[in-house]
Formats: sequence, structure tokens, C-alpha cells
Amino acid sequence: MSRNDVLVTADWAQENLGTPGLVFVEVDEDTSAYDGGHLEGAVKLDWKKDLQDPLRRDFVDKAGFEALLSSRGISNDDTVVLYGGNNNWFAAYAYWYFKLYGHENVKLIDGGRKKWELDSRPLSKETVERPATQYKASDPDLSIRAFRDEVVASIGSKNLIDVRSPDEFSGKILAPAHLPQEMAQKGGHVPTAKNIPWSKAANEDGTFKTDEQLAALYDEQGYDDSKATIAYCRIGERSSHTWFVLRELLGKPDVKNYDGSWVEYGSLVGVPIEK
Amino acid sequence: MCGAPKQGGSLAGIDLTTQTVIQGSVWHDGAPVAGAYVRLLDSTDEFTAEVVTSAEGEFRFFAAPGDWKLRSLAPVGRGEQMLTADVGLNETTVAID
Repeated sequence: MSRNDVLVTADWAQENLGTPGLVFVEVDEDTSAYDGGHLEGAVKLDWKKDLQDPLRRDFVDKAGFEALLSSRGISNDDTVVLYGGNNNWFAAYAYWYFKLYGHENVKLIDGGRKKWELDSRPLSKETVERPATQYKASDPDLSIRAFRDEVVASIGSKNLIDVRSPDEFSGKILAPAHLPQEMAQKGGHVPTAKNIPWSKAANEDGTFKTDEQLAALYDEQGYDDSKATIAYCRIGERSSHTWFVLRELLGKPDVKNYDGSWVEYGSLVGVPIEK
Repeated sequence: MCGAPKQGGSLAGIDLTTQTVIQGSVWHDGAPVAGAYVRLLDSTDEFTAEVVTSAEGEFRFFAAPGDWKLRSLAPVGRGEQMLTADVGLNETTVAID
């Protein structure tokens, strides 16, 4: 796996809109962004409505994922090209999610929607219809997903990477500052976690830093290559961004995303917290 | 759960006795800039949040008391503004030259 296998430039994306076998998929936090204009031919995934179980806090199951992708007209042998707002947070989350269910060819557009807009590239408001498919998902690959008990058991042994902002890590604020600060969970972080904010891996236009810059970043922060790694944030989307950097760009082995993240951990009774 | 609220508009429902709201608008060449990216940086210059301005060029953050920097990025250019926020409403303008 290398950068060219998993990341495409905005130029490449623009030249390849409409190419058979490629499906462009927009995934946003602000799900109304797509409706205001999207890449020509791109379909939308609503990270909340489409990718989360409607009742429990969990993913849609395998059958639900199959039904979702079938309805969007995505085939198993299509190359899925993901992009979105918020510096690709939710597009990276969807990337990790597609990998969890075994989709083979998935790529991210470097810089996502932000770079696309800053470059003043064309957006379309046309409704996109693709014929339905018969998508078959694999069983979830739990080698890339961490759960709470594993996180607690990893304190002091694995690389625990808290990718939230320093003020969230310290407990000064409880959510990214575009959201009201009213949360039930305690502030702070998992003991022994290192704070390596996701934003250090990205340029201001939302593109990823170079492989050399990324390797130097984690080296400097004391990332231990001999240990397994779990990344977390607040709800698992920013840590997907870091999971993508560590596993897909830098090729580090045994990296998991803890999507329960601080919303779950900070609400658990009796677990240790550091501030 | 994580959807950024619509930028600008009414402060109804926001408890200004507990929230530290930083809001304002982005201006360039005598007019508000819609669709500009505005990021909130902490006192160490680290990213804390980012929003896209509304049709009226407005942005809003929920932060904590202290020193902050706002940086705006748009196709027309970039601008920066420092501010010290307290609990309650803190308003400012970011100008793109």
C-alpha cells in the first residue's frame, strides 16, 4: 500500500469524473453541503443516517451495508473515490468503514471538498441516479476496529493516540469548538495516550502532508513502531483521518480506530482518566 | 450529533451564562464573504475547529475563555484576527485584504 494507491489529487479527480468503474461518493458532516453542489456524478452518503444503526450506537450491519451500497449503485468491483468537507474527516471515516466491510478499491481525494472549493472547481446540482446493484459485503474486519475493553487493557502498553485538539485532550473543552459545549462525559484523556492532533497531519487546504513530513511527525511525538496502535477522538471520525495516515499512507502494521472514542470512554463508570 | 449548526442567525437556545461564543463575519472588499473557511486556533496556534461561513459571511464557535486566533481561507485570500474571549458573547470581524 502506498500513497498512490489510496489518494488521488483534485486534478486527477476532475479529469476522471464520469469514468466507468469509478464511483465518486461525497460524505459530509454538514449533509446539506452535497445538495448545494457536488462533484458531477457523485452520490451522497449521510454519515449519520446511512452509516449508523438507527437505534443502537453502532454501525449498520453487513446486510444494511449491502442494501445501502446496492441502492447507491455501487458494485464490488467499482473503485470508490471518497471526498467530503471538514478536511475529509467523514470521508476518511467512510474509507475506514468501506475497508471494514472488505471493499477492495477505495481512494480519497486529497484535500476533499475544501481544496475543491478553494480551487474554485466546478460543482453540479444535478440529481444523480445510478442503477441499483447487488452488493456483497465481507464480514467486518475487526483487526482495524477497537472496542472499549481493549482500550482500557492497552493503557501503558500500546500506542494510544488521542487525535483531538490540545484543549480537548486537557479537558478544557469537550467537543470541537464548532459545537456547543454541553456533554455528559468527563473531560480529559485515556492515561498514557499521546496527543497528536489529526490537524498536524494536514495542510491548511485540507491535503495531507508529505510522507516524509508525516513520518517525522510521529517519530518526533514518540510513536513506538514496535507496538500496536489505537487511535481515538470524540466520535471516531478524526481518528479515522489519523488511522488513514498511519496505516494507509505510512503503512504501519496493526492500527485500529476506536470509534466509541471519548463520547464512550468519558462516560464509562470506573475507568481511569487523566487530565 | 456532530453536524455543525447553521452559521450565524439567532442565539436562541444558547446559554450565554455558560457558553463562550465567538462569532462574527468575514469581509473582503466591503462585502461579506460566503463560503469562506474559518478556523479557530488555540494559544499555541493549534487547530481547534473550522466552519464555513453562511450566505451572510457569518461564523460561530463555542470555545472557552482565553486567547484565540481566527484564520480565514477563501478563494479571494486569507485573513487573521486575534481575540480574548470571556464567557458569553464575543463578536469580531475577520478581514481578508
